[in-house]
Amino acid sequence: MEELANLFHGFAVALQPYNIMLMIIGITLGVIIGVLPGLGGANGVAILLPLTFSMPPTSAIIMLSCIYWGALFGGAITSILFNIPGEPWSVATTFDGYPMAQQGKPGEALTAAFTSSFVGALFAVIMITLVAPLVAGFALRFGPAEKFAVYFLAFCSFVGLSKEPPFKTIAAMMMGFALAAVGLDSITGQLRLTFGVTELLNGFDFLIAVIGLFGIGEILLTMEEGLAFRGGNATINLRVVLQTWRELPAYWMTSLRSCLIGCWMGVTPAGATPASFMSYGIAKRLSRRGNNFGKGEIEGVIAPETAAHAAGTSALLPMLSLGVPGSPTAAVLLGGLLIWGLQPGPMLFVEQKEFVWGLIASMYLGNLAGLIVVLTCVPIFAAILRVPFGIIAPLILVLCAIGAYSVHNSTFDVMLMLVFGVLGYLLKKCNYPLAPLVLAIVLGDKAEEAFRQSLLGSQGSLNVFFSNGLVSTIMVLGLIALFWSAIQEGYSRLRTSMA
Amino acid sequence: MSEQSGTESGPPHKTLEIGMALLIGAFGLVVIFGSLKAGINWGAEGPRAGFFPFYVGAAIVGASAINLWHAQRDDDGRLFAEWGQLRQVMSVVVPTAIYVGTMPFIGLYVASMVFIAWFMRWLGGYRWLTVAAIAIGMPVVTYLVFERWFLVPLPKGPLEEWLGL
Repeated sequence: MEELANLFHGFAVALQPYNIMLMIIGITLGVIIGVLPGLGGANGVAILLPLTFSMPPTSAIIMLSCIYWGALFGGAITSILFNIPGEPWSVATTFDGYPMAQQGKPGEALTAAFTSSFVGALFAVIMITLVAPLVAGFALRFGPAEKFAVYFLAFCSFVGLSKEPPFKTIAAMMMGFALAAVGLDSITGQLRLTFGVTELLNGFDFLIAVIGLFGIGEILLTMEEGLAFRGGNATINLRVVLQTWRELPAYWMTSLRSCLIGCWMGVTPAGATPASFMSYGIAKRLSRRGNNFGKGEIEGVIAPETAAHAAGTSALLPMLSLGVPGSPTAAVLLGGLLIWGLQPGPMLFVEQKEFVWGLIASMYLGNLAGLIVVLTCVPIFAAILRVPFGIIAPLILVLCAIGAYSVHNSTFDVMLMLVFGVLGYLLKKCNYPLAPLVLAIVLGDKAEEAFRQSLLGSQGSLNVFFSNGLVSTIMVLGLIALFWSAIQEGYSRLRTSMA
Repeated sequence: MSEQSGTESGPPHKTLEIGMALLIGAFGLVVIFGSLKAGINWGAEGPRAGFFPFYVGAAIVGASAINLWHAQRDDDGRLFAEWGQLRQVMSVVVPTAIYVGTMPFIGLYVASMVFIAWFMRWLGGYRWLTVAAIAIGMPVVTYLVFERWFLVPLPKGPLEEWLGL
């Protein structure tokens, strides 16, 4: 019951007026970020991170994580009203949300989406509250070999679970590791891969990469489409909300299933986007009204939204307890921890109780605040979307430049951001996943350190990764994840040859 | 703001795919080369600095070789993008490059004003009054929020010096 006391203490921290103010600011900014094309959760948090350097870490993470919740909520607004997914994870919401809006039921669709998001997030937060301390306690006993095994599992899951071709995932991920390796080697203190360029002494900052890859790259993709906004008006009144809420409990099975899918996909770093698609697909297959999916079925809104929000939230579980973020946005938050001088990982639960539990408490409150904000302010956010792209685009580009500059006060970083932007555009067009690249830049140094320390202990023998039950189990799970697509293919071939 | 070229022509997707695989492969070779320079064997204090990146570089080259093989094998005749679309993309990339390139010399504020004004006037086709309001308003708001409220300094040029900001 010590956790419960800690949680109450966390609520006391999160409920301080200053933190509540930051929470509301964060949610509002987050919804705007989620609504605007080109400004996603990861990128939005990265741009605003420098503003928090002078804040106390607990307040800073409360604001930044609320931006993340806001972005998760915001993506649904554009999907339903304009058929434009503001975020990749809300693509699946357009399938049934937009037809519902076309049929004159935008209020029902939005209420269902927001409420499902809230339910998904709440489920994930409760899971984090219960599971995270246990995982962290367990992880305290990890040595370097176990740490490396966890990183290995995380990165292998990307290869096995992402829908992109496995070798493209590997190529993108390894590029991230290579970029992370540039600069001062943390163990020997030797310079490497800088080729005499002084600007590269400190290596590549992942924040610059995130702003470039996700922000600039996204704008370039949007430019290609030549966006023109056409969309209906949104009105949500209390009557519609209450009426929809009365309908929702009938879909409890879909919600529960979507929560579980979301939590699973969020903890393994597959992320919110595949979670939303998977949940939609399964709901379509299992629902009695499955044939109506795509024509404006409320269940088709509930399933992806619940899963996306559950995944987005539970991505923070491995970040807090193991120091391995489950999504690009969680990776940016992890980068924030390092900048504020906190060491992510299991020790957080021992040394920074106030921080961890303040954050967890703020997840409960932030999502509740988010639900209220989006339900009451939808017309305002929809109006923002009607500002033409010709005005929004240059402003976002300038914001990205400011964000990139203020990380290290360097104009070289701003140029680097543009390079990453063009690279992100090309990679995205060629179907290379960006999330493993970013995660590898963030975790590269730590994974390498764990790898080299384990080898140091074993005099260079790779057997150290299979030296005890725990580490071998994690490594074997990683190998299974790595070869998952090959295993699946082999299995289906075997079945066809048997039949 | 969109101008359609009408004819559906553009660079084939396959070319880009191959180019990307080669580019990433070349990057992998650079990483291998850099790691060799840093030393990939064991030193007095264990694995040397190039040890880990060397295998990373090797993995990049290996994965790119397979991607290259896939890319030249599958040809579905898809276009990477139409020329008109690419022109749209370049109409953002080129001015952004100029914006970013001039920032160290004229400061962020002046560069942003010119950039926003250019973008809105030429790509958006807005009235000068609207253009001026946003192009001047945004940097002023930025100044107040970043430099005054959050105390984050942004790059300044001769104009700001002259104004004594």
